[in-house]
Amino acid sequence: MTTASPVSPRGRAASTARIVLPPMFLGVVILGAWYSVSYFALAENKRFLLQPPHQVAKVGFLEWETFSEILLALWSSTKVAAIGLVIAISIGFVLATIMSQTKLAERALFPYLVVLQAIPILAIVPLIQFWFGSGQLSRVVVCVIIALFPIIVNTLFGLQSAERGMHDLFTLHHANRITRLRKLMFPAALPAVFAGLRISAGLSVIGAIVGDFFFGRGEKGIGQLLSKFASRLDGEELLAAVIMSSLLGVAVFLLFGWIQQAAIGKWYAASSND
Amino acid sequence: MKPDTKEAALSFKEIEMTFPDGTEALKDISFDIKREEFVTIVGPSGCGKSTLLKIASGLLDATGGTVAVDRDRLGYVFQDATLLPWRTVIRNVELLTELHNVPKDERRSLALETIETVGLKGFEDHYPKSLSGGMKMRASLARSLTLKPPVFLFDEPFGAVDEITREHLNDETQRLFKSEGFAGLFITHSIPEAVFMSTRVLVMSARPGRIVEEYEVPFDYPRHPDLRFEPEFARLNGEISKTLRGAHS
Repeated sequence: MTTASPVSPRGRAASTARIVLPPMFLGVVILGAWYSVSYFALAENKRFLLQPPHQVAKVGFLEWETFSEILLALWSSTKVAAIGLVIAISIGFVLATIMSQTKLAERALFPYLVVLQAIPILAIVPLIQFWFGSGQLSRVVVCVIIALFPIIVNTLFGLQSAERGMHDLFTLHHANRITRLRKLMFPAALPAVFAGLRISAGLSVIGAIVGDFFFGRGEKGIGQLLSKFASRLDGEELLAAVIMSSLLGVAVFLLFGWIQQAAIGKWYAASSND
Repeated sequence: MKPDTKEAALSFKEIEMTFPDGTEALKDISFDIKREEFVTIVGPSGCGKSTLLKIASGLLDATGGTVAVDRDRLGYVFQDATLLPWRTVIRNVELLTELHNVPKDERRSLALETIETVGLKGFEDHYPKSLSGGMKMRASLARSLTLKPPVFLFDEPFGAVDEITREHLNDETQRLFKSEGFAGLFITHSIPEAVFMSTRVLVMSARPGRIVEEYEVPFDYPRHPDLRFEPEFARLNGEISKTLRGAHS
């Protein structure tokens, strides 16, 4: 009951292999397909549409000038996404907390949140530009708009997830509103909050890149760079930038998974690896 | 009720409970529980047994009658252990004293003491997810014990654990009752559980719940687990069972 049965090094290696080998195998297959499209499906004069992997690696990753440009743009977009996410989290927490305290606030706010969620971001691009200009600020606004809803909904759901019996316990012992929030509702909300954060962090990255396409003034983000490469028919650079954008999304997803595990893994996850 | 020199620790007087939808849950419930008395209510499902506990604790207001009880340090064990999953056993056990603003050192020593009492020593730093159902219930008991409650309410706490664990928990509860000397009010479906622990068993009728019969349990404390195999124990069980059968219709 206290400790899990020890896993032998060999057993661990075998299980790691079971996890790592299938995606590696698939990766090799994909690379093979990529090469065959580049060399066999595309004629020499069309090859710029899909340069072979080594060419992409050489031009996009190994030429420092290009790679540093990609990294800088990526960093700029990361900052935008992070600022947007922090703002969305702050607004989201406050609103969700208020909504959890009075049904009236929940009923009043919810329809507007659904509207906010349903707004096609493209439709309000001109409005955002009109109000916030076409620089970094507008990109941040896009991130906030698309990251806010999952945070509010998940936080609210989490705050309401404490069991009836636990609330009764706090009632019996005359806990006031603040104590109840601090010692019962906030901790109970954490698993749902982290689920929301993971979704919103991913959306925020997308928001930063999409926002870049419309609001390109100021520091150059990865979206700007993508459209620049595309317009110049720089296939290698374009693919490298796309790959790096995807890696950013993956990194954000992993980062928030790791934070979640560190914060609540001890008591929450059905199976933790400590 | 027989006159007694001891004052009642928990007293129900003509309690009536009708829910807003018109359901009559309880009707004319009157009885007293003194310190060092352990009273169990058995009755058909949905007869309002749990409602009565909620009224006793103040979680619900009765639509008629009065309850006299000191609600400041009420012990209340729920059907579920209601442990906070993000707290370790010891932090869970400390929760109530924390809510009552007991100083930290005292909180800790009370928690360590009651954890030992319920036999969870060594599990202080475990999270609830790694405990069995019986251990969770023990932790829940320990949590209530930290307040040294003069009145202890039990709302079918051992319904979800297996039979042997239940017998162990029954054994420990009557031991605690004897050592702590609280007034106990216990709700259950199980007649053997009721007879084994109680000084008195009340049988409640189907809705609207009324007390239809009262049994004194004559066995001395501490009660040995083998008491369950005595003919006298079986006879009392049978008698209560018969009354309960009548109460169902």
